[in-house]
Amino acid sequence: MKHVMRILAAGAVAAALSVGAAGAAEKVKVGFVYVGPVGDHGWTYEHEQGRLAVEKAFGDEVKTTYVENVSEGPDAARVIQQLARGHDIIFTTSFGFMNPTLKVAKRFPKVKFEHATGFKRAPNVSTYSARFYEGRYVIGLIAGKVTKTNTIGYIASFPIPEVVRGINAAFFAAKSVNPTVKFKIVWVNTWFDPGKEADAARALIDQGADVLMQHTDSPAAMQISEEKGIFAFGQASDMIKFGPNVQLTSIIDNWGPYYVARVKAVMDGTWDSQDTWDGFGPGMVKMAAFSKRIPEDVRAMAAKARDDIGAGKLHPFTGPINKQDGSPWLKAGETASDSDLVGMNFYIEGVEGSLPK
Amino acid sequence: MIRLEPRNEVSKGLLYVTPVIAIGVTILAGVVMFAVLGKDPIRAISIIFLEPLTDSFAISEMIVKATPLILIAIGLSFGFRAGVWNIGAEGQFTVGALSGGAVALALYEVEGFWVLPLMCLAGALGGMAWAAIPAFLRTRFNANEILVSLMLTYVAVLLLSVLVYGPLKDPEGLNFPESRMFHPAATLPILIEETRAHVGFLVALAVAAVAWVVLGRHIFGYQVKVMGQSPRAAGFGGFVEKRVVWMCLMISGGLAGLAGLFEAAGPVGQLVPALPVGYGFTAIIVTFLGRLNPIGILLAGFVMALTYIGGETAQIEMNLPSAVTGVFQGMFLFSLLGFDVLARYRIRMFRTARTAPLAVQTAVGE
Repeated sequence: MKHVMRILAAGAVAAALSVGAAGAAEKVKVGFVYVGPVGDHGWTYEHEQGRLAVEKAFGDEVKTTYVENVSEGPDAARVIQQLARGHDIIFTTSFGFMNPTLKVAKRFPKVKFEHATGFKRAPNVSTYSARFYEGRYVIGLIAGKVTKTNTIGYIASFPIPEVVRGINAAFFAAKSVNPTVKFKIVWVNTWFDPGKEADAARALIDQGADVLMQHTDSPAAMQISEEKGIFAFGQASDMIKFGPNVQLTSIIDNWGPYYVARVKAVMDGTWDSQDTWDGFGPGMVKMAAFSKRIPEDVRAMAAKARDDIGAGKLHPFTGPINKQDGSPWLKAGETASDSDLVGMNFYIEGVEGSLPK
Repeated sequence: MIRLEPRNEVSKGLLYVTPVIAIGVTILAGVVMFAVLGKDPIRAISIIFLEPLTDSFAISEMIVKATPLILIAIGLSFGFRAGVWNIGAEGQFTVGALSGGAVALALYEVEGFWVLPLMCLAGALGGMAWAAIPAFLRTRFNANEILVSLMLTYVAVLLLSVLVYGPLKDPEGLNFPESRMFHPAATLPILIEETRAHVGFLVALAVAAVAWVVLGRHIFGYQVKVMGQSPRAAGFGGFVEKRVVWMCLMISGGLAGLAGLFEAAGPVGQLVPALPVGYGFTAIIVTFLGRLNPIGILLAGFVMALTYIGGETAQIEMNLPSAVTGVFQGMFLFSLLGFDVLARYRIRMFRTARTAPLAVQTAVGE
């Protein structure tokens, strides 16, 4: 279809314009596969914002489609294939879509695929993810400063590197400003389950946590925090609506610019398979407004950390850092390599408990 | 005052027609729903119910979806006839996938014609083992098998999570909770080139045929029916209730386990925590929609598969919310049960208010 499109564009623009059907066929078709509902106010919501950004950027030149609530089980491959039959580029926005995406991509070599958070690529499959841990470092600083009980509650989803990295980054930052701080971690084994997330929040508060962090996608923990008057940080999108009095800030995933750039690459014929891992710098991770309830000096410190990380002046994992068992990981001044971060499967020194095995 | 009175004679024909009426009413209700939502109702209905039937890819995917539904529903139909309520097929499905999948992973890179049959055997045995728990507790302690089997579903799903994060985890998977992809020798052969329709469907067809013969011709089918209609008569007839309970749960557990293994070794090709997607529960609707009859279940399995595929197509083409599929399935079951009541009972209106409690029994089965 793209080929036909270019001939039309080069040779017979007038003809293309005069024929309505040909004009419609020129649109670049962009598909999105979501693991949750677009109204989850977290992970999927932000990908949906990215889709809307694509529509806004290209208007009539694109046609976008999404399928929500796609389970990471047997249905994923069908949905992806159904989209592949009529789309030019497809974003599959959850880790569990990795193998189905690769399977379908093999059958549709002309369609471009973009898989979020995975690690397997192919000539027509790119991967992309965001350096959420940069945001985690910033909220760790704030949490370490504002906690009175020196106990931070952490609702974690699955013990995969991304989540472990988040815990380590937040703990490392909190510890750097408050040596007595402790993290209590609850693993809920789900990305989106408001009931479980709320239960975890209650359990953490009962154990003395006065600041909550979450690596799950629903605003349930934020709502519980609001109810109990406990400070909390939002995840994936700004959750201020759910915790107007208690949200200190949120780590926001900002996919729009990336999606726009990749769709543009398809339009220009410059799309190639690549691996993108962006953070504050290119704006793939952002922080929501810092709450006025954070003391002013802490707000300034957090903003500076955010800007320094974005500018490449500060790396959230800068040695000396030991692993939990006391063995050295980073020497003084040494920063973590991406390959260490990608496969991170250990806690750093001071984090209590053991990773679920 | 409205009262339901049992009809003296329930027309057999009527009982076969009610599923069709239920489908018709559901579609009509769907038309109203879409009109209220401001979507073109005719287009929506035709995308959901007709378009998939004209597309070979959609048909192949309906086979993929219908295969586990049919296998599980046929297993359940034995128990439902006999009054043995196995609500936990989802759990047996999961344990079947887990045990069969564990065999596949243990024999990784082993080639041999016997690998797949061994996996199937392990899958069926896994499902049976999970169903043996409610069977034992019911026959030994008279524990309610509805509750036990349902609760064990959650245990099974957690067991799957624990194992794919632990011993069955992909060694190169960066700690993500998934097994590695099964070796080609441990993957089901494909039925139609370039699709995901696999040989499990042929097994489902064969199971339906065998079930049809057993229910109609075999003494076990007779025992199952008598026990469902009158457990006391079954006792006088000399059948051992315990044996029928065990048989029903072993059949439904085994078939659910086999269906689970087919999912893991077929369309998915690995063990993932999201493997169970509710087939065990949807199959309950399929069982009743199919009138507990193997041939009816075959058709009902396809109708249910159609709502899944059509619902997805409607999402893609008309931006309808994904809840459409669930709403349709719910309306099916609701109107089917409703029309069943009307087929078995008649409505009587009374002028004077009666204080006697209204006892409505939604009888199921034949």
